[in-house]
Amino acid sequence: MLALDNIGKTYPNGVHALDGIELRVDLGEIVAVLGGSGCGKSTLLRLIAGLDRPDPGRVTLDGTDMNGPHEKIGVVFQEPRLLPWLSVAQNVGFGLRGKRLAERRRLIEDALQRVGLADKADVWPRELSGGQAQRVSIARALVTRPEVLLLDEPFSALDAFTRIDLQDHLLHVWAQTHPRPTLIVVTHDIDEAIVLADRIVIMRPHPGRVQAEIAVDLDRPRDRAAHAFEELRRQVMAVLDQSLIHRLD
Amino acid sequence: MTDTSLAAPRTAARRFPGPGLALGLLLPLGLALIWEAAVAAGLNNGRLFPPPSVIAGTLWALWQTGALADHALATLGRVGAGFGLGVAAGTVAGALTGYSLLASRLLDPSLQALRAIPSIAWVPLFILWFGIFEASKIALIAVGVFFPVYLGLMAAIRSVDRKIVEVGRIYRLSGPEMVWRILLPAVLPAYVTSLRSGLGLGWMFVVAAEFMGASEGLGYLLVDGQQLGKPAQIVAAIIAFAILGKITDSLLAWASTPFLRWEDGFANHR
Ligand SMILES: Nc1ncnc2c1ncn2[C@@H]1O[C@H](COP(=O)(O)OP(=O)(O)OP(=O)(O)O)[C@@H](O)[C@H]1O
Ligand SMILES: [Mg+2]
Repeated sequence: MLALDNIGKTYPNGVHALDGIELRVDLGEIVAVLGGSGCGKSTLLRLIAGLDRPDPGRVTLDGTDMNGPHEKIGVVFQEPRLLPWLSVAQNVGFGLRGKRLAERRRLIEDALQRVGLADKADVWPRELSGGQAQRVSIARALVTRPEVLLLDEPFSALDAFTRIDLQDHLLHVWAQTHPRPTLIVVTHDIDEAIVLADRIVIMRPHPGRVQAEIAVDLDRPRDRAAHAFEELRRQVMAVLDQSLIHRLD
Repeated sequence: MTDTSLAAPRTAARRFPGPGLALGLLLPLGLALIWEAAVAAGLNNGRLFPPPSVIAGTLWALWQTGALADHALATLGRVGAGFGLGVAAGTVAGALTGYSLLASRLLDPSLQALRAIPSIAWVPLFILWFGIFEASKIALIAVGVFFPVYLGLMAAIRSVDRKIVEVGRIYRLSGPEMVWRILLPAVLPAYVTSLRSGLGLGWMFVVAAEFMGASEGLGYLLVDGQQLGKPAQIVAAIIAFAILGKITDSLLAWASTPFLRWEDGFANHR
């Protein structure tokens, strides 16, 4: 279980980005973090990823304190962040260490296959479309079999079709992985949150706090046009409005 | 199903220069022909600016006696030694100041102050320190090569994308791994460019160095040609400089291409 205890963060420039965040996420759970721009979502993810230190508070995974990046936690950034001087396969294998070449190859092939890009193994990143590049970065994050995968607006730069496609893809990959990893997905997109998550955490800004948590009890695969989906969308919208009212105070 | 090779992708072979080369030769060859014809027709005696045939004759004569090769090798040796020293020092200093803020605060102000000095101004001092022979010449060339390499590498390291460095941090790369797997490849294109400008300056400074008293070298041929009133020899030496400069630069560029094929710049899309 991933646990955030009383997490806060104040940047050196005085911006109070997060305050008193409490969150428990079980192994295999999918949590969406939803909130307006600047409410500290990326900051929260960076703290969990170990790229920044919380102050105060602590992050623990299965009871162990996280100090800095950890092999059990993978990250998919908003941009693919592929290394342009490595082939797609080499990018996917970037984080694999201490494995025999044959074993590495097998894992990379497997990861690329899972994101449907087995045929792109030997091309340069510059030869990929934006959606393909993001899939490669998902493969890179998954190949090390992290327990927790953090995704910071992973699909926000993509068009609506590709986005929906990749959401389904991510769920597929998640369902195919054993044991299933925990996913924490930061997003601006209400539909994306409802499609993906078991639970939606809604944040409000100044400083960033948790406004509400909404459980999503819909069967997968979820029909974006279903009545229950629509109902949930309305509910989330109402809470988001609340968080905006807070901001205007 | 492809066999995931973990090898670098293949890139199409480099295109042959083709029609671009012919087009580029049009102007110099045309001018040379016109000049040749003008001198042949008696429009100019060609004494101060000899026609191409005379220059070619001089080059050929110098080549046959072996003098051209001797002078060219002497110059090449100086450029090589000065370039090697300058690159080594510039790389170490640039890597230190680019990587470490402390080193940058410590070294950069002094180096920037030294850079403000026109390098030729060192000549008298170098002659006093290192004598009139090879050492002072090589030192001057090394100084010329040092600064572009230093500045280029320092700036390149500093501007490595934080986002890509974070990928390295996520995978918990150690310091040396970060340098080897992220920083080095990321700065390589800019580093190669700085090496090439360093080499260009090396060729510039070897001329100055050989002006300050040399008994051999292409620069000596220049001075000798001036003192004995032999413009064809001067132009011949200039041409030799141009050819050697171009060859060494192309070698450097060629040696670096296998490492830079991934580049996604303007040049790879023409
Ligand atoms: N490195 C930083 N230094 C100083 N302040 C920062 C830094 N990064 C973020 N902030 C500030 O912290 C607050 C939260 O930023 P954060 O990037 O976490 O927001 P976000 O919820 O991810 O927004 P968005 O949805 O626009 O990505 C903002 O007010 C921002 O200005
Ligand atoms: Mg953000």
